Amino acid sequence: MKTQSTARPCKQVALLRFATAGSVDDGKSTLVGRLLYDTKSVLADQIEAVQRASVDRGLATPDLSLLVDGLRAEREQGITIDVAYRYFSTPTREFVLADTPGHVQYTRNTVTGASTAELAVLLVDARHGVVEQTRRHAAVLALLRVPRLVLCINKIDLVGYDEAVLTAIGKDFAELARSLGFESVVTIPVSALVGDNVVERSAHTPWYDGPTLLGHLESVPVTPPEADAPFRMPVQYVIREHASDYRGYAGQVASGTVRPGDEVVVLPGGTRTTVTGVDTADGPLEQAGAGRSVTIRLADDIDIARGDVLAAAGTPPRVTNELDATLCWLSDKALRPGARLLLKHGARTTQVIVGVLGDRLDTDTVSWADAPEQLAINDIARVSLRTADPLPVDDYADIRATGSFLLIDPPTGNTLAAGLVGTPLTLAG
Amino acid sequence: MTTPVLDALDALESEAIHIFREVAGEFDRPVILFSGGKDSTLLVHLAVKAFAPAPVPFPLLHVDTGHNYAEVIEFRDRIVAEKGLRLEVAHVQDWIDDGRLTERPDGTRNPLQTVPLLDTIVEKRHDAVFGGGRRDEERARAKERIMSLRDGFGRWDPRSQRPELWNLYNGRHAPGEHVRVFPISNWTELDVWRYIQRERIELPSIYYSHRREVFRRDGMWLAEGPWGGPRGTEVLEERTVRYRTVGDGSCTGAVESTATTLDEIIAEVTASRLTERGATRADDRLSEAAMEDRKREGYF
Ligand SMILES: Nc1nc2c(ncn2[C@@H]2O[C@H](COP(=O)(O)OP(=O)(O)O)[C@@H](O)[C@H]2O)c(=O)[nH]1
Repeated sequence: MKTQSTARPCKQVALLRFATAGSVDDGKSTLVGRLLYDTKSVLADQIEAVQRASVDRGLATPDLSLLVDGLRAEREQGITIDVAYRYFSTPTREFVLADTPGHVQYTRNTVTGASTAELAVLLVDARHGVVEQTRRHAAVLALLRVPRLVLCINKIDLVGYDEAVLTAIGKDFAELARSLGFESVVTIPVSALVGDNVVERSAHTPWYDGPTLLGHLESVPVTPPEADAPFRMPVQYVIREHASDYRGYAGQVASGTVRPGDEVVVLPGGTRTTVTGVDTADGPLEQAGAGRSVTIRLADDIDIARGDVLAAAGTPPRVTNELDATLCWLSDKALRPGARLLLKHGARTTQVIVGVLGDRLDTDTVSWADAPEQLAINDIARVSLRTADPLPVDDYADIRATGSFLLIDPPTGNTLAAGLVGTPLTLAG
Repeated sequence: MTTPVLDALDALESEAIHIFREVAGEFDRPVILFSGGKDSTLLVHLAVKAFAPAPVPFPLLHVDTGHNYAEVIEFRDRIVAEKGLRLEVAHVQDWIDDGRLTERPDGTRNPLQTVPLLDTIVEKRHDAVFGGGRRDEERARAKERIMSLRDGFGRWDPRSQRPELWNLYNGRHAPGEHVRVFPISNWTELDVWRYIQRERIELPSIYYSHRREVFRRDGMWLAEGPWGGPRGTEVLEERTVRYRTVGDGSCTGAVESTATTLDEIIAEVTASRLTERGATRADDRLSEAAMEDRKREGYF
């Protein structure tokens, strides 16, 4: 019996994390089920269960939405559901899909799903086009700075595969997306039910020459915008090994690239030093980019602890106790000015006092409205904060990892809000 | 300027290492659940990588049903010794002997692991417990958190799960509460196998095809053992099998397979017709809601 196979380098396959959003009944479950089914990511026992359930309900073809309808059953039981994660892959890519339900808690859900997404698929019903819910979802995706957006116009079988419908909705949406600051949008006409243009190119839409949804997901660049930003890395843990006198600072590169020889600054302290090694358990690297967990060795013996941030010496983040930020309020417990909470930023947790509340984002009209007296669940508003410890921060619009934070309720430990440094959403006219 | 995009396995590895380090930074007494199975062996491998060249700063815990395969226990003890780790073992048998647990009529001990696990967590004051759960294992896990808060009774409250944003994990807990941590949540079964191959991670031999005396029960090939069987009309016969999960011998079935190498296992998994758990764990087949119920009880 052999327990090891001959060494063979694995084929490089990139990972794309993306999120879906859409209103109830636009066909999101069917679309996700279709992606899983057509990429053969569903195993035989699951498909058999769906076929049985579909027959029980008197359906002629399997209802693919049942593959993912876990969420629906849970909604009925009152279980917290914000995001369900699905996994599928093709020979060239692996996908982690954050599937967010489109009902009442859509802000909380969309914020959570979008926070880790490099791309979002937004769904509309071809019969209804861009509706209020579409605007809300797009606004939240823009606020969270999801780098890439895809609009799927679903149920095109119900509008006779009419090109004019696609063109009109696409035009409406492009205008919305532009006003929210998205640089480009890909619009794809699909029928999740029939399978048109999801994985297989449709014979019903000869006038459409763009990619299928899967084709687009497989070819879109996966590099995060932070790859080209200046280097940042919060120190999570100090690794010491006494026998070899090893001392290294462990963390995940948040942005940019780090190489031996780079000059870095340790914040908030401000000491400068030089990187002497970028280590992993498999040996030293010549360079490490955003997303990579590494251990960094430095030239000088400086007092560095968990929570400190290593940053490119020439382009450091600002260090401040005063933050202007945008909050997505996720809790049933309301927020009032003066509240004393905890704030987690990178690997540091500090106390924070909430100052004045600023403009609230009216997601119905997608415009800034007057400051509210308090924040309720699903509210998005500007706020000023004062922290006990100084924090090295970037604007969320520039670097998501060092521009984001959590607000935590001290007595319960619950997560109250997703925080974004600055105002990442700019509304054009 | 831009560095090349991380390969999927590198991205998943980096994510898991990040989670291990967060827990090491924020908790006082973490522990890794380690059964010798492939997912927990992967966890230990990742933990070693997260803190190298320093040792892993927490112990391992095995909740031992006593219904084991000799090869797995030998493997477990050898890995612990080779990697210089510390292992705590909670023997389900001790709980049965002193009356805190009663043997089930069907002889299955998987559900009996909950109480020894929770008792050990309380006794050793563990505040973070790493498990090898993956979200793709079944639908009920799709919305499971990477860090999941459990109350003083080890229960999971599905109504008060914290949202997980970016890679900022909130592990705050009150005394007596603990957090379950799943660093390989985002790995699929295929990722696990491909990574095991890439990293040349050793597994217990029962994961590879071998000849074994087995009998048929409830659509599965079970091995003879202290858990009982064969009974009635069940007959022992020698088959070429391998195991896809390592669990209580009374309810973990072998699958017929000739896969003796990782390449062959990966080919088999790729063409797989059944999910891992559905194929081999009898207690998961008891009811569709079995997993959810056990999670509420504090089982993984
Ligand atoms: N005709 C047609 N019906 C669809 C399509 N996609 C979904 N549906 C139907 O629309 C309804 C809602 O779909 P579902 O996927 O459950 O929507 P969700 O609430 O967005 O998850 C179901 O009856 C689906 O069968 C489509 O492309 N064409």
